[in-house]
Amino acid sequence: MLNRTADSVARATPEPLARKVRGISDKGLAWLFISPTILLLLAINIFPLFWAIYLSFTNYRANRPNEVVKNVGLANYKRILGDQDIWIAMQTTAHFVFWTILLQTLIGFTLAWLIDRKFRGHAFWTTIILVPMMLSPAVVGNFWRFLYEPQIGLFAYAISFVSGIPATEIGMLSNVSLAPWSIIIVDTWMWTPYVMLICLAGLRSIPEYIYEAAEVDRASNWRQFWSITLPMALPFIMLAVLFRGIENFKMFDMVNLLTGGGPGSTTEVASITLKRQAFESWRTGYSSAFAIILFVAVFGLANIYVKALNKVKQR
Amino acid sequence: MKSTLKLTLGLTSAMFASTAVSNVAHAEDLTLCWAAWDPANALVELSKDFTKESGIGMKFEFVPWTNYADRFLNELNSKGKLCDLIIGDSQWIGGSAENGHYVKLNDFFDKEKISMDDFVPATVVGYSEWPKNTPNYWALPAMGDVVGWTYRKDWFSKPELQKEFKEKYGWDLAAPTTFDQLKQIAEFFQKREIDGKTVYGASIYTERGSEGITMGAMDVLYSFGFKYENPDKPYEMDGFVNSEKSVKGLEFYKALYDCCTPPGASNSYMGEGVDAFKSGQVAMHMNFAFTWPGLQKDENVGGDKIGYFANPKGPDGDQFAQLGGQGISVVSYSDKQEAALKYIKWFANKDVQAKWWSLGGYSCLNAVVKDPSFPASQPYAQTFLDSMAIVKDFWAEPSYAPLLQASQKRFHDYVVAGQGSAKDALDGLVKDWTEVFQDDGKM
Repeated sequence: MLNRTADSVARATPEPLARKVRGISDKGLAWLFISPTILLLLAINIFPLFWAIYLSFTNYRANRPNEVVKNVGLANYKRILGDQDIWIAMQTTAHFVFWTILLQTLIGFTLAWLIDRKFRGHAFWTTIILVPMMLSPAVVGNFWRFLYEPQIGLFAYAISFVSGIPATEIGMLSNVSLAPWSIIIVDTWMWTPYVMLICLAGLRSIPEYIYEAAEVDRASNWRQFWSITLPMALPFIMLAVLFRGIENFKMFDMVNLLTGGGPGSTTEVASITLKRQAFESWRTGYSSAFAIILFVAVFGLANIYVKALNKVKQR
Repeated sequence: MKSTLKLTLGLTSAMFASTAVSNVAHAEDLTLCWAAWDPANALVELSKDFTKESGIGMKFEFVPWTNYADRFLNELNSKGKLCDLIIGDSQWIGGSAENGHYVKLNDFFDKEKISMDDFVPATVVGYSEWPKNTPNYWALPAMGDVVGWTYRKDWFSKPELQKEFKEKYGWDLAAPTTFDQLKQIAEFFQKREIDGKTVYGASIYTERGSEGITMGAMDVLYSFGFKYENPDKPYEMDGFVNSEKSVKGLEFYKALYDCCTPPGASNSYMGEGVDAFKSGQVAMHMNFAFTWPGLQKDENVGGDKIGYFANPKGPDGDQFAQLGGQGISVVSYSDKQEAALKYIKWFANKDVQAKWWSLGGYSCLNAVVKDPSFPASQPYAQTFLDSMAIVKDFWAEPSYAPLLQASQKRFHDYVVAGQGSAKDALDGLVKDWTEVFQDDGKM
């Protein structure tokens, strides 16, 4: 039946076209199929990257199309590396990345470990836990902003109920000390399920017979956890840390929606600074240089990390 | 058969003809770009008259304030043809003139006998001229606006509160005429129980993302003696931006924020201010005059319950207010400049301007605002006039965006986040602004 269809299609193909197709090798045909994707990638990924590299050496400003673009050499890079505000933004980013990854890994792994016990109703609870991850960051940012609202927010009321501090004095988004934590809490709430899912895959990939052998050797639960569970799930945990690290290094939407970088500049992570320089101050050359620095930093760190991950996997 | 054929042909021709006519009409449609706010709705209503008179259809592209600058500056910078007419913010005028985004209107004004002398002088300088104070016009003043204050007249007139206030401060509780008085009133109302509800002193601008805190802080700083530059030496800012008087002004703004704003008001601008006032949270409310018609009509806080006052005086008796508002310009990338100019000519007409005011827009035409009936035409009309007489505006340089970003950061860091001192913030601002002007080759 299939051959008959193929035959009829072949017969229906006009002779000139059929001759052309017959002349293309398998490799040529493969290139023909993937070339649209390659062209698209070149147009929307590779070209902008090289264009940004070029712009980073110029004084170009997108809001002054008629101005002569001058080559400024490494001036933009020098200025960024000597700019105190940029370093503060990098510190803020590092603080955010460190705490979100730490909390998400600890809570995510613990949840995965609990879910892996396969207690009654574990499938239902897994679905419930995954819900935050399925929401749009725009939705999450907006409703947490209401939850944090000191006059009407449930979060403030809950804290007030527990601590006795009046709800109106719990300004999660307006207090300099609390604002960074308000973002860490939301990001942890939203993305811990993702870490949990990866860790759960890791835990479920450990063969049962290893635990059975450990039981025979009378290894305690604690010993089994340290000697079997953790080492064997480690590559998965490290993968989750890598994914979340890269994502959080370039975190923009949640911060923008919750605090906009404020109060003051206390939650101004690198991506917010970059957006301000590029699309509010219109310093295109300068912001291109900053984007390249961030790209190199993430790319470099991710590479080192992947090498470490491979070593762990080989053990 | 023949008659059927004729009928079919006739119908087809009619269909083609109607499509062609509608295409011609669409080709003449003008697109006007502005912010999405109450006056924009009034303009839609007003523009129906233009369509009736000229046969030119009007389309509108309104963007919320938070994205207004990003969206339309991107459109202009990319030489987009979306907007034939644009009501651009007053600070854009320098950049838009120098970068060729707007059509210069001098010849058109001369030809159509539209005189800038017929408009409120502050609005001509603020919305139309670049360079400032030179007869080079890039826009027709369209929407006059200025920062002023509303207050809860019903609370102020409560006898028990009046008595308590007089005992505490020694003067009658009324709309303040100085910033000191304003702060005393705000302190008096802060966390007070009124009608079983906790209320707060004042809503002021603290927004970080666009221009909020700069508009609010400058509104106070001007009356304390802040100057952008040496009047005799342009771009010399040291000793003017960070003068002792400016420092006192910024300290006052922070003190007002710390003592007397509602909880969580750390990122508040026009919308949040209106919400705070409408929900009965605050006794006083700083905001642009465009919000007043809506508040006046509000069932809960409008009518007899609301009062208006112009920005109060500073310690030395100086009194200024932050200019808002915009002019209407023809976009130089538009293919329909002729039709767009027709709209400007129509909009400059006295009757149209009078209707504009009656619909909720703020006319800048002298014939409208200096009409003897104007002050009594709306409860806020006199305050609007008083405020427009004392306006000052932020830099309108082509580099206004980085200048604004610098002040947003410095002010928010100090006022809201409490980092450093007012002197540090203003010294930092001089440094940032100097860098911007050096980059521009102006220093």
